[in-house]
Amino acid sequence: MGKVIAKEVSIAIAEAVAQCKVDVISAYPITPQTHIVEHLAELVNNGELDAEYIPVESEHAAMSACIGASATGVRTFTSTSSQGLLLMYENLFIASAFRLPVVMVIANRSISAPISIWNDHSDVMTMRDSGWIQTFAENGQEAVDLVYHAYRVAEKALFPVALNIDGFTLSHVIEPIELLDQELVDKYVPPLRMKYKLDPKKPISMGAIGVPEIYTEAKKAQDKALKASYRIIMNAWKEFEKLTGRRYQPIESYKMEDAEVTLIIMGSLAGTAMDAVDLLRKKGKKVGLIRIRLWRPFPLKDFLRAIGKVRAIGVVDRAVSHGSTGGPVGIEVRSALYQSNKRPKVVNFVAGLSGRDVTVEDFVELFEKTYEAISKKPRFSYEIYGVKE
Amino acid sequence: MRPELKNFKGFTLKNLPKYEGFAPGHRACQGCGNVLPLKLALKALGSNTIAVSATGCMEIISSPFPYTSWNIPWIHVAFENAASVASGIEAAIKALKRKGRISKRKKINVVVFAGDGATFDIGLQFLSGALEREHDFIYICLDNEAYMNTGVQRSSATPFGAHTTTSPAGKIVKGNVRWKKNLMGIVVAHNIPYAATASPAYPVDLMNKVKKASLVNGPAFIHVFSPCPTGWGCKTEDSIMTSKLAVETRIFPLYEVIDGKYILNRKIDKPKPIEEYFKLQRRFRHLTPEQIEYIKKHVDEEYEKIVKLSECFGAKS
Repeated sequence: MGKVIAKEVSIAIAEAVAQCKVDVISAYPITPQTHIVEHLAELVNNGELDAEYIPVESEHAAMSACIGASATGVRTFTSTSSQGLLLMYENLFIASAFRLPVVMVIANRSISAPISIWNDHSDVMTMRDSGWIQTFAENGQEAVDLVYHAYRVAEKALFPVALNIDGFTLSHVIEPIELLDQELVDKYVPPLRMKYKLDPKKPISMGAIGVPEIYTEAKKAQDKALKASYRIIMNAWKEFEKLTGRRYQPIESYKMEDAEVTLIIMGSLAGTAMDAVDLLRKKGKKVGLIRIRLWRPFPLKDFLRAIGKVRAIGVVDRAVSHGSTGGPVGIEVRSALYQSNKRPKVVNFVAGLSGRDVTVEDFVELFEKTYEAISKKPRFSYEIYGVKE
Repeated sequence: MRPELKNFKGFTLKNLPKYEGFAPGHRACQGCGNVLPLKLALKALGSNTIAVSATGCMEIISSPFPYTSWNIPWIHVAFENAASVASGIEAAIKALKRKGRISKRKKINVVVFAGDGATFDIGLQFLSGALEREHDFIYICLDNEAYMNTGVQRSSATPFGAHTTTSPAGKIVKGNVRWKKNLMGIVVAHNIPYAATASPAYPVDLMNKVKKASLVNGPAFIHVFSPCPTGWGCKTEDSIMTSKLAVETRIFPLYEVIDGKYILNRKIDKPKPIEEYFKLQRRFRHLTPEQIEYIKKHVDEEYEKIVKLSECFGAKS
C-alpha cells in the first residue's frame, strides 16, 4: 500500500488524477477549485504528467474541449465551481447524452447573487438532472479514492462523472491521505479503449438532430443506461475494496441499527453531524445519520434499506430550490418514500449556505426538531435554518 | 513565405480530387451557398479529417438521425463552442501521437464549419481563445449574413441596409443600421499563420485556400461568402452570380493574410455597379439611391484599406 502523507486535499486529488494518466486537461480557474488545476499544470510543466493542458478562456470552453477530446477517445479531466459550472451548463447535458467518460471534480460553492465564494451545494444541484453520475466525498481520503473510482466507472459505464467536494472545508484542508501505488492504479484504471470515437479510419457522426420520432427513444435509452450504471458503480467499489480494503457504499449509515430518528446529509458536514449523534446517544437518544455518497443515479433500494425503521427523518439540504416544496435532497427523499411502504415523518432543513457554520449544537437542534415531527405535524414543508432575525 | 507553403502545388480544374467527404441527399435548400463551399472544402482536405459543426443549417441538413451526409468523423456539440470542441480534438490527437497510440506521421485535419452567427456573434470568444492558443486547426466561417436557420434574423455579419426579420425595412428604419463587423480584422489581430476570404464563385481558389490552411502549422481561418437564396430573396440559380458580383463590386474582396502579410487575390480596378449586386436580392430592394451611394462609399473605403494593406505589408512572392 501507499504511504499516508499529510496533504492538501486539492493537491491529493490532482495527484490521483495524474496517477490515472489523464491525456487532456482543460480548465479555467475559479475559487475554490484553483489548487487542483494549478497542481495539474505544475505536474505537466515539470514533465511528471504526460498530458495536454488546455488553458481555456472560459468554463464553457473547458467542458467543450473535454467533450471534443473525450469524443476522440482520450482520458480527460476538468474541475470547476459555482458560476463556472453554471457557465458549462448546456454542455453537461450534451456530454452525458454523448455517453462521454469525462471526469470533473466540483469544489462546491454557492452561486451568485449575492456573489459568494464559500461552500454549499447550490452549484451542483443545478446539474441534478443532467445525466451525470454524481458522487459526494466527505473527507480527503474518500475524495482521492473517488477519483480512481470516477475513471473506472466513467469508462465502463460510458457516462461522465462529477465528483463533489465541499469548497474550502474539504478542498483546502490538509489531511493524512494515502495515494495508491501506481501499480494498483494501473490495474484499477486500465487504458481507455472506446468503441465509438472520432477516428478517420472508422467515421461516425456525433450530435445528429433528433427528430420527434426518435428523441423520446434516445432519452429512454440514456435513462436506462444511467440506471444500469448502478451495477458498474457497485462493482467498481467492490473491486476497490479487494485492492485496498477500503469499503464504499452508495449510502453511508452511522449508528442506524436501532435509530428512531435520523438526519440525512451529503458531503463534509457529516463529520460534525456524527459528533452530534454521539452526543445525543450518550444522552440515551436513539439517533443515527445517513450520508448519501451516490446522488445520481439515486440508489433507491440502498436508501430504503438504510433508513431502517426510523420514525422521523430530517433532511439537511445545502441548497435552496426556490419556490419548491423542499430542498433538492428533501424532495428526493419524500419522493422515494412515497413509493415505499415505509412512511416516516420527513422534515427538511436548508442549512450551511455559503459556508455558514453548522456546529454540533446546530445538529443537536436539528435532531430535536426532527424528534418533534414524530408527535406533531410539522408547520413547514422546509425550513431555512439558522436565519438571523 | 511560410516554409509549409513553399512548394505549394494548387488544385487546377484538371486535377480536382474525385473524393467526396460530404454525401448527396442532404436537406439543404436549392442554391444553398453554404453547402457548396463545405463540400469543396472536404474535397480539398481528403478523408483524414475530423469535422466539427456549430449548430446551424449545415448541422441540421446533414444529420437527420439516422442519416448522415458526413463520410468523415463529425461532431456537433452546441452553437457557440465549435472552436473549443476542435481545441479538445486537436489536443487529443497531439496526446495520442506523442504517446504512440496513433501514427505520428499522418496529419489529421481538424476543421470547423460554423455560420456567421456562430462565429461573429455567439462564438467569437471561443474562436479567439482557440486562435490565441495556437491549436492546429482550420476554422471555416460560412457567412450568409444572418441567422438563417432560425428564420433570417440579423447578426453582426448582416450588411448595412439589409432587411432581415429583426432588422426589417420599416417605414422609418430601413433595414439593418450597422456596418458588417470586420471579422477578418479581428482574426488577423491574433497573428495566426493563415487567414483568407473565399467565395463559391471561385471554387478552385477556395479549395486551394483550404489546402493551404491545412498545410500550415497552427490555426487557420477562412471567411467564406455564402449566399442564402431563402434568406436573401435571390433566385436559387443566382447564388453563384451573387457571389461573383460581391467580389466584382468590391463588397467581398478575395485576399489572404499569411503571417500578417496581405495578398489581394483579385484586384478590382473597375468595379461593377453595386446596384447589379443589390438588384438580385429582395433583402436590398427598399434601398434608396442615397443609401446605395452611402454604402458604395463605405465599400470602396474598406476595399481600399485591403489594397493599401497588401501594398504596404504584402508578401514579396
